[in-house]
Amino acid sequence: MIKRFSLGLLITLFLTISANADKIRIGTEGAYPPWNSKDESGKLIGFEVELAWALCRYMGKQCVIVEQDWDGMIPALIMRKFDAIMAGMSITAERQKAISFSQGYADEVASLAVMKGSSLEGLDTPAGINLTKPNAAAKKALKTLTAALAGKTVCVQTATIHQNFLDSGDVGKVNVRTYKTQDEVNLDLASGRCDAALAAAVAFSDYAEKSGKPVVLTGPTFSGGAFGNGVGVGIRKDDTELLNAFNRAIDKARKNGDISRIATKWFGFDASM
Amino acid sequence: MITSLPKLLGATVVTLKLLSLSLFFGLFIGLLFAILRLNKNKIINKFAYGYSYIFRGTPLLVQIFIIYFGLGQIEYFRSTFLWVVFKEPYWCAIIAFSLNTGAYTSEILRSAFQTIKPGFIEAGKSLGISNKIIFYKIQIPIAIRQSLPAYGNEIILMMKGTSLASTVTLMDLTGVAKYIISTTFKPIEVFIVAGSIYLFMTFVIHNLIKFLEKKYGY
Repeated sequence: MIKRFSLGLLITLFLTISANADKIRIGTEGAYPPWNSKDESGKLIGFEVELAWALCRYMGKQCVIVEQDWDGMIPALIMRKFDAIMAGMSITAERQKAISFSQGYADEVASLAVMKGSSLEGLDTPAGINLTKPNAAAKKALKTLTAALAGKTVCVQTATIHQNFLDSGDVGKVNVRTYKTQDEVNLDLASGRCDAALAAAVAFSDYAEKSGKPVVLTGPTFSGGAFGNGVGVGIRKDDTELLNAFNRAIDKARKNGDISRIATKWFGFDASM
Repeated sequence: MITSLPKLLGATVVTLKLLSLSLFFGLFIGLLFAILRLNKNKIINKFAYGYSYIFRGTPLLVQIFIIYFGLGQIEYFRSTFLWVVFKEPYWCAIIAFSLNTGAYTSEILRSAFQTIKPGFIEAGKSLGISNKIIFYKIQIPIAIRQSLPAYGNEIILMMKGTSLASTVTLMDLTGVAKYIISTTFKPIEVFIVAGSIYLFMTFVIHNLIKFLEKKYGY
């Protein structure tokens, strides 16, 4: 009796495992709107969630989306908690030492944000600077920022390109404060504990819109350099088969206009690349 | 693993500072509330009981979040002079830890006071010693000796509790460990080193308490 029961249990277990075996598990944070977030019922939504379903259709595979805290995202991928990361993760040289990235599917610019009325509002800088090969105007903008941010507390989410940029010293020695989620960064920006915050420009506009708090962008928008080259799917280094499958699916989705359609829906503008 | 050690040891200093300050304030809070608990006045008694009930009955993480993120959301609170203190994550952590360990300490001390044999106090009284002196010279020393084992436990729990400071942006041992992981993506190695440092601190505290127990034993 017990023998038969255990056998049945084993078979069930085996079936469950094998049923999940050919599903692609995609890790996301669910706390970085509009890239990925959750609705009131706790369901994962956002640009990347919808894009993930589209890519899975093109790959002809079943997918499960798994939630994972941002600061453990890459370790969780390496430890096979899931097979791919789609979490607004920019492709940077530092991350590429640990994992591979598919081609980029979307790009965004980063920006500083302050509360309305802050002394950091209305800095005299160009609208946007690229840090891959900074030109004279970009270098001048960095100098302006260095002077303006000296001794200020700038808040960022931990383990992000934004933290890397502030740690790089390009804007001098600022007092960097790191948070587990972007939500917490927003809270402390609004409470006045942070003089400024740095994140994706859309993350702030999304927060300002939803909370009604007077959060405004300031200084130039940033791209290139420490900010990486667009957002791609993170995949384990030895998983070249899956990497190729994602690259092909992104090609198809781009050609059919899926990426730009979904991006426009969530960002309000075409953030695809 | 080895390259992360100097940074982690530097962060251990932050952890030790958090721990010692919290224990210092917590001990005073604990002693105060233990005395209030022994008070015959029902309102005072209930108030002290309510305090320890709330702080022992809710997770430390929730307490630190309410004090740090919760109070920061109240606009009126930000306009008071208290904001100077509460603006800093460091002080928010100290306040949360002190109130938490204070609640536990008050219970430890209260039970220690209550286990003092009535004979000791009666002996004092029969010698004509005043109540005040009986309290300071008989009750408090015995209570401290009685509560040493339990208080040693509380110190160790609090030491581990300080790791929650990293959730409000403080770069303590856990905070720095997480930071190193975020750039190296090697959680196991770094957490093993950080864990060993915590273990070593426990070892020191444990032996210190053991030594004190022996010294003041009877």
